[in-house]
Amino acid sequence: MARITAGVGCSHVPAIGVAMDSGITKQSYWEPVFEGFEKSREWMKAQKADVVFLVYNDHCTVFDATCIPTFALGCAPEFAPADEGWGPRPVPVVKNHQRLASHIAHSLILDEFDITIMNEMEVDHGLTVPMSVMFGDKGIDDEWPCLVIPLCVNVVQYPAPTGNRCYNLGKAIRRAVDSFDEDLNVVVFGTGGMSHQLQYKRAGLINKEWDTQFLNRLTSDPVSLSQTPHIDYLREAGSEGVEMVMWHVMRGALDDDVEEIHRHYHVPASNTAVGHIILENKKDQKAKI
Amino acid sequence: MGLNKDYEDIPGTFVFDADRGREGYQLNQFCISLRKAPNREEFGADEGAYLDKYKMTAGQRQAVIDRDWNQLLELGGNIYYTSKLAANDGINFQQLAGLMTGMGNDAYRAMMLAGGRSPEGNRYQHEWDEKGEE
Repeated sequence: MARITAGVGCSHVPAIGVAMDSGITKQSYWEPVFEGFEKSREWMKAQKADVVFLVYNDHCTVFDATCIPTFALGCAPEFAPADEGWGPRPVPVVKNHQRLASHIAHSLILDEFDITIMNEMEVDHGLTVPMSVMFGDKGIDDEWPCLVIPLCVNVVQYPAPTGNRCYNLGKAIRRAVDSFDEDLNVVVFGTGGMSHQLQYKRAGLINKEWDTQFLNRLTSDPVSLSQTPHIDYLREAGSEGVEMVMWHVMRGALDDDVEEIHRHYHVPASNTAVGHIILENKKDQKAKI
Repeated sequence: MGLNKDYEDIPGTFVFDADRGREGYQLNQFCISLRKAPNREEFGADEGAYLDKYKMTAGQRQAVIDRDWNQLLELGGNIYYTSKLAANDGINFQQLAGLMTGMGNDAYRAMMLAGGRSPEGNRYQHEWDEKGEE
């Protein structure tokens, strides 16, 4: 049977991708950002994940304003990196586990999560930057070491889905994966955040204390954390900080009982606080021993 | 009962909701068109002719021509869309923030390196009113 064993929370700042693509990760500005992912890459390799279920948002790249799905599940065979205005990122095309994606789509809708099904889709930095930070440098002719199922969440036009809805969607994704007949190790990524505001006169807002509390409570107090109202993200973590609702999907897909394996937090990367956490289900850790 | 827009008292912030999405639709569709290279070329060759294809308001059109980044947001633009116009001009997100905050690139970058803008005194409009900020 397929199983979800671990979760990764991770910012997806576009400038991190630019830094990797232009080979400047050892510069003093970027070095502390990437140092915090060294352990993560070793961990990721050791997981031997078959599939990453990757929750992210599009940044008005692939989805324009004609159609704004709240939850869009990638069911296409593959997803190419999109041109965001300065050329596509030079990273591999993302390959799907299409049969599992179809199974999840079917299961979610019967579970009353009325997602949108994407049979063609490109992906922007929201998806490719977390892949790059967790798997390291990969060129256009390389392949990512695992398959990826993208779930694209609207967090651009207010309101984003509530944290509660995202958490419960994570539970429904877990039920869907648990009922799939192939033996697969699935790791869930929740991406975006942490505190940042890109727009208007309050741009540059960072709230380290708030972010730290969010990371602390993600492990031990996820249900109450998922009840955080949108206004708290907007006021305390900046207008774009609301991306953090996507981390609740990841947390909902894990067991109640998880262990924090790794954490990384750094300010700044461009306009943003970089946050990262790795969580493992405790019972899967026992199974390994 | 109307919707409670409790986010309208956050200073220096436009929360891009469905009302703003409606007002800014043509403007935002124009901006996103610039993510494709042939469109960037066409826009660069004749901005006026290219803008004629989008039924935006005179104010929105002028804000595009003037590259008035804050005005674009005030008139229904969203940052992820307006950033495509900025990218067309060779301006990245951090440089754009330097322009929107009025701080300029160097001061803005220095603020971020020092830990960013603190939430203290920046949560409610009345805090800015008392400080005499716009």
